Amino acid sequence: MNDTSNASTTAQDDALDQLHIDEAVAEAAAPEREIAVDVGENIMEIRNLTVKFGGLTALDDVSFDIKRGEILGLIGPNGAGKTTCFNAMTGVYKPSSGQVLLEGKSIGGRLRHKITRLGLARTFQNIRLFGEMTALENVVVGLDARHKTSVVGALLRLPRHRREERSAITRAMALLEFVGIAENAAVLSRNLSYGHQRRLEIARALATDPKVLCLDEPAAGFNPAEKEDLMALIRAIRDDGYTILLIEHDMKLVMGVTDRIVVLEFGKKLADGLPVDIRNDPRVVAAYLGEPEDDAAA
Amino acid sequence: MSTTDGPTLIPDAESAKDQIDRETARGTHTKSGRLQVFGEWWNRRTRPQQWALLLIVVALAYMLPIINPPIITTEPGNDWPIACFQMALYALVAVGLNVVVGYAGLLDLGYVAFFAVGSYTAASLTSPDSTFLHIPYLWTVPVAMAVTMFFGVVLGVPTLRLRGDYLAIVTLGFGEIVRILATIIPAFKGQVGFQNVGHPPGGTAANPIFSNSNGTPWYWLVLTIIILVLLLVGNLERSRVGRAWVAIREDEDAAEIMGVPVFKYKVWAFAIGAAIGGLSGSLAAGQVGFVNNQKFDIVTSMLFLAAVVLGGAGNKVGAIIGGVIVAYLPLRFTAIAPYKYLIFGLALVIIMIFRARGILSARQKLLAYGSSSYERVTPNNEQPNASEPTA
Repeated sequence: MNDTSNASTTAQDDALDQLHIDEAVAEAAAPEREIAVDVGENIMEIRNLTVKFGGLTALDDVSFDIKRGEILGLIGPNGAGKTTCFNAMTGVYKPSSGQVLLEGKSIGGRLRHKITRLGLARTFQNIRLFGEMTALENVVVGLDARHKTSVVGALLRLPRHRREERSAITRAMALLEFVGIAENAAVLSRNLSYGHQRRLEIARALATDPKVLCLDEPAAGFNPAEKEDLMALIRAIRDDGYTILLIEHDMKLVMGVTDRIVVLEFGKKLADGLPVDIRNDPRVVAAYLGEPEDDAAA
Repeated sequence: MSTTDGPTLIPDAESAKDQIDRETARGTHTKSGRLQVFGEWWNRRTRPQQWALLLIVVALAYMLPIINPPIITTEPGNDWPIACFQMALYALVAVGLNVVVGYAGLLDLGYVAFFAVGSYTAASLTSPDSTFLHIPYLWTVPVAMAVTMFFGVVLGVPTLRLRGDYLAIVTLGFGEIVRILATIIPAFKGQVGFQNVGHPPGGTAANPIFSNSNGTPWYWLVLTIIILVLLLVGNLERSRVGRAWVAIREDEDAAEIMGVPVFKYKVWAFAIGAAIGGLSGSLAAGQVGFVNNQKFDIVTSMLFLAAVVLGGAGNKVGAIIGGVIVAYLPLRFTAIAPYKYLIFGLALVIIMIFRARGILSARQKLLAYGSSSYERVTPNNEQPNASEPTA
């Protein structure tokens, strides 16, 4: 408790755009989390994933792995199937064929909230916060995924409810601190600035205690300085033991932050490799980056 | 299909950002006016001060039928204690409907059905006209709640996968089904109805405390029940249940993806709302002493809904105020009673234009231990804190 309050007061003095990560905050943000140490082993496997909408094949036999502890970038030109792939992976779309395995368990056929409990969390390309709730409450909704209080328990305020409510607030504050918006905890989320809303989405997704965190274009609409901060935040999340899947248009951000990149084009996987290899892959350059002299590739 | 997503078709990130930042800068969404000032004043009071003030309000509320304040009173047109009972009853109904409509955002146009089921349960288990098993009146209250809760689940499970307009239409149909069943099933005696519905014990057989003509004890009973229900609903509000409901109302898909078992909590909202509706139905049956199929029509559902929307959907105090207003005005101004649907219809339109969030639009508090955490981070709250690092 004391750690959090100290941390929250110090952060008020910190400039917002300067990401400040306190040891105590990191502790509080992940107290009950089992952090797997076998970095590098497959945590998520996408096997021959195909999604068809009527006659249109949006995603065609795509396979790739996500390794524990890495930041995997998923890129491709507009309409390449990135978001379709993302939605099929997170259970929003039912794939026509193929499988998505999270730690060896298939997520196919599961209800969406159960997929979240399995350890897959996401943010949204167009921000979807609960506008009438404060920033803190938004994060606590994410935390509820790990809570066990029953309706009767909440009705009668049984001990488990009280315990969970207390720990939820401590942890949610720590998460807000972690993404750098703790001083706005009491602000309705729809009244937050755009950048803070994006950060709040990340905090809310982290609250579900995911094994894999999927970020859908988290930098959309950001200026270069904000993107810089976001990159630092994404790295900090990874260093905290999370695995991250990142969909992004901005090549500078993708190249700067990812450990490995999967490229999609026309619903098919085009390439899969280290950022430096992807950058130099002539097929990728031709398909995605346009003309080789385009400065976006640099 | 969806009409709730606003005018922009597919906003790209840039325009979304511009819009959000513009709205934030302009401070749209901030409320103003006297009620807002009162809300702020209220929030500044300490917890014991709030309790003391509440105690005074509650004491005044209990004395209401005895004081019979001059101008406010509904006499000579309508008996004042019975009018008080009516107002309390509508307030209770509004609190129940507010769980469904206000918190979970499920538009229920057939709420009167639950009220009817509650009334019929109480009547058919106590009236001498009934061929069913007879039990003491007070026992019918929990039974009525259980029965309506069951009906809520039965209605909810197949329909709560529907959204918005579809759900509204199904609940509308359900409201009519219950009324028509009461008409055509012989055991429920249609228009003839049940007479001499039971009442709580007390007094002599010839002169019971809870008589049909004396509204005061009934009013006290309902008021006590309202207070209990408010405490329990408040507990739910400041828990994962309330948060799940509001999250569903705000963005159902996002809620589900954040791990909220959306369907389960929608059914719970329906069941709890139904139970409160059944509770009020059984109380109404007891006070009036007579139940037939005549007063459970669709427009009554609309009146209930008007109470919630008028008061401020999502706010329990607002719901109570809305319920009281909707019950009080036709009783006080008997001349307007025949036009009450017209008047409340117009009032709804006007309130939607000028105060779209109802009379009391204070938002719900969704965290059990939230206020202390907010105090710590809210900048205008300067506490002399030793740990505060000074630059």
